[in-house]
Amino acid sequence: MNFWLVLTVNSVTFGGLLFLLASGFSLIFGLMRIPNLTHGSLFMLGAYIGGSIVIGLFGFKMNFWLAAVLAALTVAALGALIERFLLRQLPGDQLAQVLVTLGISFMAADFCLMVWGGDPMSVTTPEGLGGFARIGGAVFPLYRLAIIAIAVVVAIALWLLLDRTRLGAMIRAGVDDPDMARVVGIRVSQLFTIVFALGAGLAAFAGIIGGPILSVYPGLDQDMLPLALLVVIIGGAGSLLGSFVGSILVGFIYNFGQALLPELAYFVLFLPMLLVLLLRPQGLFGRHVP
Amino acid sequence: MIDLIAGTNRLRLIAIAVVLAALVTLPFWVSGIYYINVGSQILFFAVFALGLNILVGYAGLVSLGHAGLFGISAYATAYMLQLGAGHTTAIMVALVIGVASMAVFAVLSLRSSGIGFIMITLALGQILWGLAYRWISVTDGDNGIPVRGRPAPFGYSLTDPVNFYYASLIVFIVAVAMVFIFVRSPFGAALMGTRDQPRRMNALGYHVWMIRFYACLFSGLLTAVSGILFVYYTNFISPQTLALTASAEVLLMVISGGPGTLLGPIVGATLVVVIKTVVSGFIERWNFLLGAIFVAIVILVPEGIVPGSVRLWHLIARKRAATPAAAEAEPTATERTP
Repeated sequence: MNFWLVLTVNSVTFGGLLFLLASGFSLIFGLMRIPNLTHGSLFMLGAYIGGSIVIGLFGFKMNFWLAAVLAALTVAALGALIERFLLRQLPGDQLAQVLVTLGISFMAADFCLMVWGGDPMSVTTPEGLGGFARIGGAVFPLYRLAIIAIAVVVAIALWLLLDRTRLGAMIRAGVDDPDMARVVGIRVSQLFTIVFALGAGLAAFAGIIGGPILSVYPGLDQDMLPLALLVVIIGGAGSLLGSFVGSILVGFIYNFGQALLPELAYFVLFLPMLLVLLLRPQGLFGRHVP
Repeated sequence: MIDLIAGTNRLRLIAIAVVLAALVTLPFWVSGIYYINVGSQILFFAVFALGLNILVGYAGLVSLGHAGLFGISAYATAYMLQLGAGHTTAIMVALVIGVASMAVFAVLSLRSSGIGFIMITLALGQILWGLAYRWISVTDGDNGIPVRGRPAPFGYSLTDPVNFYYASLIVFIVAVAMVFIFVRSPFGAALMGTRDQPRRMNALGYHVWMIRFYACLFSGLLTAVSGILFVYYTNFISPQTLALTASAEVLLMVISGGPGTLLGPIVGATLVVVIKTVVSGFIERWNFLLGAIFVAIVILVPEGIVPGSVRLWHLIARKRAATPAAAEAEPTATERTP
């Protein structure tokens, strides 16, 4: 009984982390029509930068949460630069843009290896959240509950941003019909930079928040990127609800798979993807087939 | 076939003969087993790149999961040999598994083309990688599977690097010939039609999905063949071979050389293998360089090295021919055919 409960909490936690990662990925995909293959690297970069600040970088040491925000902002700025100076060179050529993001992801991975070395870096759980909460007869790690809360807050904030603000309306217009959005005077390419930076920042934030659970190691990027891809394939590109449902689903399948069939955990992920592709190629909440 | 050869001009025939002669005599004028081994690597990676080029160049479908297919054939060979099967059985099983996996890949990813195809093949490739990495009872995880011995067809033991080089060369020549015939066949023309105008091809009564599916199978066959050569070359297979980096490497071979050309993937494979061999001799930062080359090629020479230099050559040749009558020479519009 307890085993299942703990597994469920872990799945929701992991789903929450995935949501932070995949919502940006999905927005970028929906708007720019490209899968951003640097997304895993941005996640890892955020984790490394944040982790270094927590440990202390050049005598510069910060509280976990401030470090997380700072890492997210740094990586968001990096994302804006990538969009502005590399992807912007290839307007409308999605294939070339994907290949550029792929190239950057290798450079970023090797850069991390060069700077932080091959040994995993452990990030300590923020103060006050190292304990456990007793609910009924079960015991839950506080930090995991905190991650779920953060994911829910971010989800609501993103929903408000997309649904209630002018910027959100412009982004939605760009996702639905970029040409028509341009015709009515929305500067879609400016939105590209904003959304790319937002997605990069969210990915980095997810990286550092996930640090205490996943730890940070070379190859983390290649572990996370396929999961983000799966979330978007399952949930549908450009849909916030889709990435939310997809993340929780993938979180559950991945964690249960790892606990019950550890050797085939990765392969079990294949099944929901198969079903979605066969029955609903645009994804559960997507509007069009990519 | 005769008129196919007659159709190519004499200069090209001479060039082909020279390159072929150079390849056949390579073990005699290259000193050292090290360089012969580099030659073998170039040859089987060229076969791999030719296979991927069928999809990237001629079908317009970019796959980022081909290392998974390459690796699954290699794993199948190694696993069968570990079970005690003979070389012939192992190779046959590996070919069947490689092509069958490609069929599964194709059925899933051909639901879309373009970016969707990239995403799905990437996800599938990563799943195969994850399987190789975690399915320890079959693949032994990160330790990989060693392969002992190489086959000895007709009494020539491939353990000798020179013999292995010739075996790779034969496979390479057969692969090039197959692709050459394929591209010039009506089926090849139909495939390029589905790349350029899928809707029109559909309206003309071609079964676009089926054409793409068969192209995938052909690509899968070449990939499986190169995977088998690879596992016999290294005598070892580990999950690294299936990583996204490996898929990107072979894609770089195709894209740097020039997708949709016969020569492009071969030039690209040579380039990538040589750079990788030279670079990894003195620095460890191959992946960084790989990424940098990728970005540079995509932004600066998007058409690839072979079409790029062909265009340059034509430009120079035309300028030289046009100089005597430069005033009358009209700029031709046929220069850039899409």
